[in-house]
Amino acid sequence: MLKALNKTGLVFFPAFDWAIDPTHPEREERLLYTQDQVTEEGIFDINGIIEYKPDLVTYQDIQRAHFCVPDEKTITTQSHLISAGGAKAIADAVLNKEVKNGFALVRPPGHHSMRISHGGRGFCHINIEAIMVEYIRSQFGIKKIAIIDTDCHHGDGTNDIFWHDPDILFISLHQDGRTMYPGSGFPEELGGPNAKGSNLNIPLPPGTSTEGYLYVIRNCVLPAIEEFKPDLIVNSAGQDNHYTDPLTNMNFSAQGYAKLTSLLKPDIAVLEGGYSIEGALPYVNLGIILALAGLDYSGVIEPDFNLERLKQSVSITDKIKKTTDLVNSYWRQKKELRQKAGTPGDIAVRHREIFYDTDNIFERQKEKVRICRDCGGCFEIDSNAQPGHHILAVHIPINACKACIEAGYKFFDQADKSKFNKVFLQDRTKNNYEIK
Amino acid sequence: MIIGIDVGGTHTDAVLLSSNGIEKKVKVSTDSADLFNTILSGFKQLLKDIDPKNIKRIVISTTLTTNAIVQQNMKPVGMIVSAGPGVDPKSFSTGEHYYCVAGSINHRGREKASVNTMEIEDIAKKLKKAGIEYVGVVSKFCVRNPSHEILIKRILNKYFKKIFLGHHVSGNLNFPRRIATTHLNAAVFSLHKSFFEAVKLSLEQKGLMVPIQILKADGGTMSLESSMAFPGQTVLSGPAASIMGAIPYAPSKQDAIVLDIGGTTTDIAFLVDKAPLLEPMGIQRGQYKSLIRSLQTDSKGIGGDSTVRVIGKELVIGPDRLGPAMAFGGPEPTPTDALFVLGLMKDGDRKNSVKGIHKIAMEMGLTDNETADQIFKKCCSIILKKTFEMIDKLNSKPVYTVHEFLEGYKISPRKILVLGGPAKYFAKKIEELYHIKTIAVPEYSVANAIGAALARTTCEVSLNADTEQGIVTAHEEGFAEPISKTYSEDDLIETAHTLLKEKAINFGADPDNIGEVEVVEFQKFNIVRNFSPRGKIFRTKMQLKPGIIKGFENILQ
Repeated sequence: MLKALNKTGLVFFPAFDWAIDPTHPEREERLLYTQDQVTEEGIFDINGIIEYKPDLVTYQDIQRAHFCVPDEKTITTQSHLISAGGAKAIADAVLNKEVKNGFALVRPPGHHSMRISHGGRGFCHINIEAIMVEYIRSQFGIKKIAIIDTDCHHGDGTNDIFWHDPDILFISLHQDGRTMYPGSGFPEELGGPNAKGSNLNIPLPPGTSTEGYLYVIRNCVLPAIEEFKPDLIVNSAGQDNHYTDPLTNMNFSAQGYAKLTSLLKPDIAVLEGGYSIEGALPYVNLGIILALAGLDYSGVIEPDFNLERLKQSVSITDKIKKTTDLVNSYWRQKKELRQKAGTPGDIAVRHREIFYDTDNIFERQKEKVRICRDCGGCFEIDSNAQPGHHILAVHIPINACKACIEAGYKFFDQADKSKFNKVFLQDRTKNNYEIK
Repeated sequence: MIIGIDVGGTHTDAVLLSSNGIEKKVKVSTDSADLFNTILSGFKQLLKDIDPKNIKRIVISTTLTTNAIVQQNMKPVGMIVSAGPGVDPKSFSTGEHYYCVAGSINHRGREKASVNTMEIEDIAKKLKKAGIEYVGVVSKFCVRNPSHEILIKRILNKYFKKIFLGHHVSGNLNFPRRIATTHLNAAVFSLHKSFFEAVKLSLEQKGLMVPIQILKADGGTMSLESSMAFPGQTVLSGPAASIMGAIPYAPSKQDAIVLDIGGTTTDIAFLVDKAPLLEPMGIQRGQYKSLIRSLQTDSKGIGGDSTVRVIGKELVIGPDRLGPAMAFGGPEPTPTDALFVLGLMKDGDRKNSVKGIHKIAMEMGLTDNETADQIFKKCCSIILKKTFEMIDKLNSKPVYTVHEFLEGYKISPRKILVLGGPAKYFAKKIEELYHIKTIAVPEYSVANAIGAALARTTCEVSLNADTEQGIVTAHEEGFAEPISKTYSEDDLIETAHTLLKEKAINFGADPDNIGEVEVVEFQKFNIVRNFSPRGKIFRTKMQLKPGIIKGFENILQ
């Protein structure tokens, strides 16, 4: 009789009746073969593996992580609320200590959704990990969380949401943005002036195999986590680094994913992308579940796996080492970088352009953030979407200092309502969300 | 007239029913060392002065297989298992003579590694040499493609008496459970066969020529002939018999709870519009998990003979039973003794009960009557608490579509039906405490035999159509047919309907009264590769629900 070494919670929500459109990669069929594999393996019968029903997130849950424009109802469907609710249910199970760790196998994904969401980008409408992380911080009073995004695409949404937050260590491993959607995630992208170094981006060259991924985990991710000392580790477990994925060019394997999981030891893993629905997902998901439960995963090998064919070239190995060294040097200099970013009390301005490929929206942002050494700093974002709405969003971080709370309210009070369709305030210190 | 007989652990109950109601009922003690003579004596008493020609139906429920498992006197059998990628199949070993072999089929039913015939021959010879007569063969994903199991069987045929194949067990996915279930079928086959052949012969000698029906764990029947392929399905038919016996008294279009309060345990089950809820996967009892269709019942360690003690001023009842109630010569006070003290039960030694309850009363600092009342109340509240916990669990079971998530059925029982020895006292008390309509099922002492007599044939078919691969299959039924790209959901439902009807008739159902067909599951998926549609997958499960045969629905009212 199999018995899990670690009690592991699973939420399985394949949304068998929801698709972006019938032939879209994010469609009903996506987790079908995973469900078949997991059911046939008898995973839910293993002593110590507990299946949970997803929760439904509320609009209040979403409002901790997002400014949804024009509102939550317009840009989400029930399926988004259940998917995010799956992550929330796992968070409850882990933090109430019913299980040691957990995995939310849910769809649709969320890691391309930014703090301001005018609609769908990269198949994502709301960011399920960010909503979960903010829920955990509000509900369980946990301060420091590390989010490791191992999806093959840069987790630009999560990166954006925690850009200014020094209490969240966000690390994304992904295929080089010059060769892959969304085209961002370079080592120089280190976070806002108050949080430099708490966002680490590790672009990997096409053709990176298991060896390369595990090298980065061992030589960059784990040392950073060890120094950061998070209270909780979250893994955005995208599965599109697999050698059979139709949208990417990597050579990762089910064995590699399982090993990565047993090295990283995430408290919570959340499924993100992964579109090789027959050749990869059934095996990768099985490998991750077994690794989380502390069970033997050595038999989880794709039928067409060929170690020789997936071997990484020497030049790729060199590139990966160079990138790792560069990221590590930024990590070591994070204090100096924050010092250099500006004088406390000053306002730093950033202009950005964001394209929503799924919903065909173009957004321009002008962001003003208060430089602060005591907290992540309050900020306001002037966001204009075409087609769409022109809004102003003010954010006060959860651990905001007194000065930043005051400055945040000043941003909100002084905003000229006539210039915008809506003006939002997200005061995380009081869990307050206001619109004027 | 029809006959139902339920061989239980301590008693064997038999009833003779006609369209006028109960014609005769018989209770004999079960001799667990000789079930054969127990059954015969039941029949003998029941058929006294009855012309066997009038008997149109016989349904038997026994503890034969359950006992074989509990006493671990199952026959050693061989198991040959092929797995492919995934969890190490050695984890599911059924004991000695368990072999993991080459060969792999994937989730779409495609062959990924072939069977090594030499390896199988070698194992066959080893098993033969070890004196093995029966072998089970299970391959992972055989439900999608059973060709490896069939190939292995062909090699084994010449060596063994009977080969049991995993894909015949169920259309459900679950490799470890399929291994356990196939093993069980192989291991109890010879016991089941010799027992029922003997029963059949003796009944024929008495002039009873009607086909014998066997009760299954899902509260349905199958013919004796079809039971030979799945003898494991008869396990735990006893609790199913009792639940079926409560159905005539269940409300229509409402949910109800069935409580079968025994000596050691209470069995809890649920009825939705007169149909019992089924386990989604199959029987599970502790570590033992199978693909045997069964009613959703749970057995909790509280009953009339549970031991009552005081631990730190707290009244504790069960979960153990040290013997009968003190009123019947037992060693420790029990809830039954409380009923004696309260003057509810009478035909026993009340003095002994008082002695036992008085000891508890001293520790509690209460009078004997107050103590007895508290024990009775606590016993009711423990049973109800366990019941509500089960309801919560059932209502929070995971679902896989947005529709089910939003519209999912929630059980909310409006009536409680109580079975078992002290049923009438408990029914009254529960209604008083919980304000839910509660009745003791009339004839509760033989409700199990009535349930067996009235149970209709049940079965299930699972179909998988894949228009990309151009095939519709129900491998459990040995069915596979080519299909075109235009094959539709309606076509699948029609095929499923035909297969289900055939299966029911093979299982011994009356072709004119098959009962209500229910689509348990229907899913469809577009198969898309590189952004272009390649075909569709349709899946369905269709069943004949457990229920009561036509013509007898109202005889007991």
